[in-house]
Amino acid sequence: MSQPLPIVAPSPGAAGRRRAAARWLRALRRTPVALIGAVTIACIVLIALLAPVLAPVGPSAQIATPLLQPGKTFIAGTDQLGRDELNRLIYGARVSLYVGVLAVAVALGIGGTTGVAAGFFGGWLDNVAMRVMDVLFSLPALVLAIAITAILGPSLTNVMLAIGIVYAPTFARIARGPTLAVVRLPYIEAARAIGASTSAIVLRHVVPNVSAPLLVQTTVSLSTAILTEAALSFLGLGTQPPTPSWGLMLSDARQYMLIDPWIAVLPGIAIAVTVLGFNLLGDGLRDLLDPRIRIL
Amino acid sequence: MRYLVRRSLWTIAALLGVSVLIFVLVRLLPGTIVDILTGTEGQLSADQKAAVMHEFGLDRPVPVQYGLWLVSMAHGNFGVSFRSGQPVGDLLVSRLPITIELAVLCVVGVAIVGIPLGILASVSRSVRVKTLVQIVGLLGLSVPNFWIAVLLIIFASYQFHWLPALIYVPVWSQPWVNLQQMFLPVLSLSLGLVAVVVRMTRSSMLEVLSQEFVKVAQAKGVPPFGVLLRHALRNALIPIITVLGLQVGYLLGGVVITEQIFGLPGLGWMLLNGVYQRDYPVVQGTVMLFAATFVVVNLAVDLAYTYLDPRIRYE
Repeated sequence: MSQPLPIVAPSPGAAGRRRAAARWLRALRRTPVALIGAVTIACIVLIALLAPVLAPVGPSAQIATPLLQPGKTFIAGTDQLGRDELNRLIYGARVSLYVGVLAVAVALGIGGTTGVAAGFFGGWLDNVAMRVMDVLFSLPALVLAIAITAILGPSLTNVMLAIGIVYAPTFARIARGPTLAVVRLPYIEAARAIGASTSAIVLRHVVPNVSAPLLVQTTVSLSTAILTEAALSFLGLGTQPPTPSWGLMLSDARQYMLIDPWIAVLPGIAIAVTVLGFNLLGDGLRDLLDPRIRIL
Repeated sequence: MRYLVRRSLWTIAALLGVSVLIFVLVRLLPGTIVDILTGTEGQLSADQKAAVMHEFGLDRPVPVQYGLWLVSMAHGNFGVSFRSGQPVGDLLVSRLPITIELAVLCVVGVAIVGIPLGILASVSRSVRVKTLVQIVGLLGLSVPNFWIAVLLIIFASYQFHWLPALIYVPVWSQPWVNLQQMFLPVLSLSLGLVAVVVRMTRSSMLEVLSQEFVKVAQAKGVPPFGVLLRHALRNALIPIITVLGLQVGYLLGGVVITEQIFGLPGLGWMLLNGVYQRDYPVVQGTVMLFAATFVVVNLAVDLAYTYLDPRIRYE
């Protein structure tokens, strides 16, 4: 981290919060990239939430001839088992978002806590925790994820855990830097002098300073987590059939892609659009929160 | 020099950490290898089971098992594949060149295409170009490489009636055929990275181009192309190299899927088959080699900085 980090004041009241929300909206309008990302993600979240309405047949019902081309009755055609491809794509959004959000929550929980604790307490705790994170960092992400899922066994929960562990070190490093920077500032000492407890100091004075970079990382990690889930499912180590995961659908499609290319094309588009949405938002947020640019 | 020694020691320590991690992870597996072997090879009596355990050293205390494993690895002995009975070390040696070829072709291809495109994009400072490059760069991060691979296969088969060859040909026996086989895998892995490198090159170049010495060079009459390449690019290379180095991790992960899709019997292919067949020595060996490659590449990237920018001297 070469750039100076902003020091954030303790949280404002209700009126301040409303003003902050308005400022965010204005800032979003000035960074079109973040706005496009936010809208894309909002659409996908909506599709996932409304899946039972949008796809009443469900993802597993075998209702038609297998491998139908996209047409009037089946907008996206059918897959190799005669299931409605569009329904599966819609329900796939649920799987992707679910795994992505929970995996990143695991990473944020493990990594964020470790990083803040390491930076705040320092000493041997800092050393041990960060060295463990370094070891996790010495493996390519996907290889580590494969190794962990191979051992835990392929399932939705395990994929989530594996991805969470793989991305935890990034969060730890990002949380540690700003923590180290504020721990030595006089206002922390002042808080201690007036008798604030450690947990109060961490929550009220340290966490707000760490939250901006962590927010950016969370958004970007959602994109990588969704990609990793798709990759693991593609390899048969992730979500198991009949759950409609986009990666799994793409993998199944490989046998039939020369007869019906659509079933190989559509899940990929779904993955790419979702991941792009999070990347756009993350990138936009990074610009928004960059103290050197200072839009907010 | 002292930095080099410390950095190398740390590299070794990290690899030791990885070895502990792998060892512990494999021991967490449900069931023992005997169950897995007997699952496919019929029922064994308790005595026979014990004999098998003894043969693989699974009856020793766990720390002893780890110590023995580490010592034998240091001697280049990575154990024997549970499935094929071949020494894992030999397998690794025969698989590694394929993965290295794939990765090197990718990095070279990405640099050759991405850096010039990035320089080209840095000539314009307009917001439109910036947004376009930003979106294309993010697209490169977002499109899964295995999907690109699938699309390339579909396209090649429809357009050229071409399918991935079933049998891999080493580069030293038939170089031309080998390069043909490598073309689509390399393309599928590189496309996304090119977009990332273009974006990084552009922003890095813009930062350098706004500095005083560039203006001085222009003022003293250096032709624009010379300013761009001799003065700006040389200084802009460091962040670009960093990004390329970081992407090696992505590449090494991508290699696993790409090799699987295109049937290239490299390290990634070996790792996956080890995982599918629950062949632990193979999994341990490949993961160790992946970690070693990754750590060494990162070390090399660090050292490349001092070469590119003599102002950087590690203490």
